[in-house]
Amino acid sequence: MKHPLMKYLREDWFPTVLCAGCGDGTVLQCMLRAIDEKNLDISQVVFVAGIGCHARLGTGYIAADSMWTLHGRAMPIATGIKLVNSNLHVVVLTGDGDCGAIGLSHFVHAARRNIGIVTVCFNNGIYGMTGGQVAPTTPKGTYTKATPYGNLEPTLDLCSLAQTAGATYVARWTTAHPRQLTKSIKRAFEKKGFSFVEAVTQCPTYYGRYALGTTSPSEMLRWFLRNSVTVERAKNLGQDDLIGKITIGEFVDVEKPELANEYRLQTAAKTQPHKDVNETIRQSPNDATTPR
Amino acid sequence: MEPMTETCETIPVQSNVIVIDRLCKGCGICVDFCPTKALKGSNKLTPLGSPIPTLERPENCVKCEICEMLCPDYAIFVVK
Amino acid sequence: MADHHRRHSLMQGSEACAEGAILAGCRYFAGYPITPATEIAEALAMKMPEVGGIFIQMEDEIASITSVIGASWAGAKAMTATSGPGFSLMQEGIGLAVMTETPCVIVDVQRLGPCQGFATVPMQGDVMQARWGSHGDSRSTICLAPASPQEMFDLTVEAFNLSEHFRTPAIVLSDEIVAHMRERVIIPPAEELAIENRKRPPPSAEGFNMHRLTPGVVTPMPALGMGYKMNIMGHLRTDEGRVNIPPQEVPQLAFRLLSHLSKKVSPSGWKTQRVKTLFTEDSEILFVSYGSPSRTVESAVKQARKAGIKVGCVRLVTLWPFPEDELKKTLEDVENVIVVEMNLGQIVEKVKELVRDRVKVTHVPKVGDLHTTEELLDYVKGTTR
Repeated sequence: MKHPLMKYLREDWFPTVLCAGCGDGTVLQCMLRAIDEKNLDISQVVFVAGIGCHARLGTGYIAADSMWTLHGRAMPIATGIKLVNSNLHVVVLTGDGDCGAIGLSHFVHAARRNIGIVTVCFNNGIYGMTGGQVAPTTPKGTYTKATPYGNLEPTLDLCSLAQTAGATYVARWTTAHPRQLTKSIKRAFEKKGFSFVEAVTQCPTYYGRYALGTTSPSEMLRWFLRNSVTVERAKNLGQDDLIGKITIGEFVDVEKPELANEYRLQTAAKTQPHKDVNETIRQSPNDATTPR
Repeated sequence: MEPMTETCETIPVQSNVIVIDRLCKGCGICVDFCPTKALKGSNKLTPLGSPIPTLERPENCVKCEICEMLCPDYAIFVVK
Repeated sequence: MADHHRRHSLMQGSEACAEGAILAGCRYFAGYPITPATEIAEALAMKMPEVGGIFIQMEDEIASITSVIGASWAGAKAMTATSGPGFSLMQEGIGLAVMTETPCVIVDVQRLGPCQGFATVPMQGDVMQARWGSHGDSRSTICLAPASPQEMFDLTVEAFNLSEHFRTPAIVLSDEIVAHMRERVIIPPAEELAIENRKRPPPSAEGFNMHRLTPGVVTPMPALGMGYKMNIMGHLRTDEGRVNIPPQEVPQLAFRLLSHLSKKVSPSGWKTQRVKTLFTEDSEILFVSYGSPSRTVESAVKQARKAGIKVGCVRLVTLWPFPEDELKKTLEDVENVIVVEMNLGQIVEKVKELVRDRVKVTHVPKVGDLHTTEELLDYVKGTTR
């Protein structure tokens, strides 16, 4: 008997290289469960990842089209894919450093132009792959390998930024909320525009050790549960009460014109009306010559 | 490449929960979060020496799927 | 829109480049405004929707090159255009295209550098960068140097063909003069253009392995969404696409992959070794140049010949891979070579390497403007004195 989601995975690649108890695996499972529950054709899903633990996990281990690309640049790559073939479900897998630091500009612009991609951000509050350096989401005061005297910088709220930039769906959950996380990812797939789902995930090896004083993944999950505050409750709390808290829930769920679709409409008005624009721009598989 | 092993936890009746020893990293999340304390670390260890869980009290299992959902490694799942 | 006859137009180099891209089948362009390449983007902003393609101005050059890579994997022929500062930003992306064997075209309209330099002034400072710019010995970029608006058209088409054939990024290394000047450009009817597309794999994904390296063979390239379960990556991998490689196997595997990537565009016996020669059969002095200075060189050669000086010229059309074989042949019986380039000396080093001490190599560097015919004739007279 097999795990119900193993059909999406390259079984002989497992167990993964990620640390025992790393929450990234849980987030990935929620993603695959969302795809499964929505009955999406996995051959029409493309995973585009940057660099980090999330990327190491999200490409290769999944038996589907995936692109393991450049640190911070998954979003523009995904944009190119979606514009050329808007029939594909393009999923960006990113991390808090990948989209909150080096990829910040691309993150904001992808949200602003509302390109129809589903982004899952594996936020573990640290740079895990490189051994535990401070990230834009690491709390002020934390001792990390890059801040041995204590982090002097305040954090960035990625969901807030996504909202301000214009994303049509923004949600945050932790790995201690797998049902809700799965549900949000499902909702993200239903949206036409840019969806951003932030998954706060446990890094017991570095974040746990440096910020919380524990290397137990269970301890970290309990910490997530104790310190999560729903969007509704957070509305009634002051700024001070929210320090150190993780606001969870759905922040935005609206519809706005999606970019690839806007292109279809604009382009269709300029080209011969009966041509399927999607087909025109992609090379047909068996053509010896290019369509003119 | 070693063959995958499956473990059925109750004999002879089919189990509610299956643990795949080969994939388990012994992180302990499933044991700690089982709401009915049905799971417990067994004497079987992972290559790095962490206990692989077993369904110690199968009568407690309510098939809530929390173990399945929290496991990062596809090593434990509920028989649906 | 089909052209049933040859179209003669007075066209700017940049516009000719855009026309070439469209006729080569380019259906995705992403770019960022930068002098002196902006006109290419503007021309394609108008033309792309007319042929059902996509034009997008991205937030920077890094987003441009990376979205081009995504577009190429989704199945479109894709291009970007920039100048020096943008070209520098794109290097990591170019490396990704090399490592993933992604066909794509990058037009670099060179201007004075380093850094901001002087945006509206020409230079040929990016020649070495076009080959070595990306880190990690990624030397499989193809680089062509147009010397006229006509060549901006021809070589853009060629760049797409080569890029598709070899599954590697192709750079059209233009300069501010060639891109901005206007000349007659003859555009052939579409049916007369030889267009090459990437090799497609068999329709069934069964048994297809995208990572298997076969010496001398360019692997067919599926598109995303065709069910091939591709794991496309900038990372070292085995022939099965595995990345969990035992440390002791890494050196050999890496050497094998990198060699494969660089050898696939090796010049031996391959048509991309393109040079154009004038009066080389009986020359004692030869000019070597590429791009816009070549026009002055040709003019100087013709004048010198009228004065009875046996001088000729070789114009490099292909810069990378460096056309060693063709150049060696042409320089066989020559004792004096004058290398003319708009930089402090880049291709001259390759020429010196090729001829060693057998030939006297003089260098005429200049930046910021074309050499004048008088300057070049002085050099000729200097060598004949």
